[in-house]
Amino acid sequence: MSEAASIYTVDKVLLVAIRDNITDTDIINLQEDLSERIVNEAARGVVIDIAALEIVDTFVGRILAQLSSISRLLAAETYIVGMRPAVAMTLVELGMDLPGSKTALSLSHALRALKAKGLA
Amino acid sequence: MTVAPTTEVSRLLREEFDSVLDAWFATQKREGVRRPDLFSDRESRRQLSDLLRAFSDALSRIDITEAVDIDADNWSELRMALSEITLVRTERGVAPWEMTAFMLALKQPVFEMLSKNLADRTDRLLAEAADFGRVVDALAMHINEYFIAERDEIIERQRAEMMELSTPVVQLWERVLTIPLIGTLDSMRAQEVMENLLNSIVEHSAEVVIVDITGVRVVDTQVAQHLLRTAAAVRLMGAEAIISGISPKIAQTMVELGVDVGEVTTRPSIRAALAEAFRRVGFQISRIEDTRV
Repeated sequence: MSEAASIYTVDKVLLVAIRDNITDTDIINLQEDLSERIVNEAARGVVIDIAALEIVDTFVGRILAQLSSISRLLAAETYIVGMRPAVAMTLVELGMDLPGSKTALSLSHALRALKAKGLA
Repeated sequence: MTVAPTTEVSRLLREEFDSVLDAWFATQKREGVRRPDLFSDRESRRQLSDLLRAFSDALSRIDITEAVDIDADNWSELRMALSEITLVRTERGVAPWEMTAFMLALKQPVFEMLSKNLADRTDRLLAEAADFGRVVDALAMHINEYFIAERDEIIERQRAEMMELSTPVVQLWERVLTIPLIGTLDSMRAQEVMENLLNSIVEHSAEVVIVDITGVRVVDTQVAQHLLRTAAAVRLMGAEAIISGISPKIAQTMVELGVDVGEVTTRPSIRAALAEAFRRVGFQISRIEDTRV
């Protein structure tokens, strides 16, 4: 389990909390951990909380898109939540507006949406 | 303090002050930049006399055969006199070109006097005329710069005011925000709009934001791009954007320009957008039957 990102289970939903100082190796570990946990726990929902993320670049942007795509392939609906305004503006500036990913304002919003669909 | 070499020009300005003044005044009259409608003869003469006095003082102290730098300290008195007169004259409605011509009108009479007094010394005549011309040109340029600086200041101030006034984010209902856009949407404003909007989304935990473009005069590809980027950023934050106020004409233009709004919701009016926003956040407006008139 990497230190820069933790995965928790909340009501059959996997919550991924990403810290600000995440490194490239951390992210690759995270991808592995997450995909295994989704399969092992038969999770139908994933929430990636990036509220702690203050700086993004194209790498982080791509990883976020990849994380959602992997989860989707494993039949878990994925929400990216808690994005800061500056991060949103940077991603749009970089042309990475994560078209395939669902977003929500906060963890509770995402959980509510997942519950409404019977996935949590 | 350095003492400038005595030149025919400085002698003229010192000893024949009144005749130079008269000649300058006459030239302005002839060139139609005196503006008798704005200034009485007495007032004009007083202004000219003040300016010429400052000029004469400056010439007695500064060696103009060297490079002329009007912005240097030793020119400050003349510069101040010039700024003062420029201010007084422009406040009454004198145009920039008239003010420049006003200054340049000093050249011809002085040249004429020089050529009369130095008729037998052509080399000195040429040198003095050139030096004097340079100074007057520099002063005229200083006047122009004064105008440009003044105008830049006004533009900058108005731009800042417009920026402040033009991007208000309003909460329409809980979890519903709107930002009515008015005027032109350039890159700078688009950035301001996006920043304000995203921060307000966090502040109000908004789920739907209505970007109303009823008041946007022109929608071209660039404006459309700004709008779509704003909508994309709003989506990344976890909220939804509705672009409202798309008139039939704008809809046609956007299609002609090949703008694809993708999955962004659009509505023709803010009213329709509000109805859609209510639907999404789970509210409903209904008429109270009993009180219907």
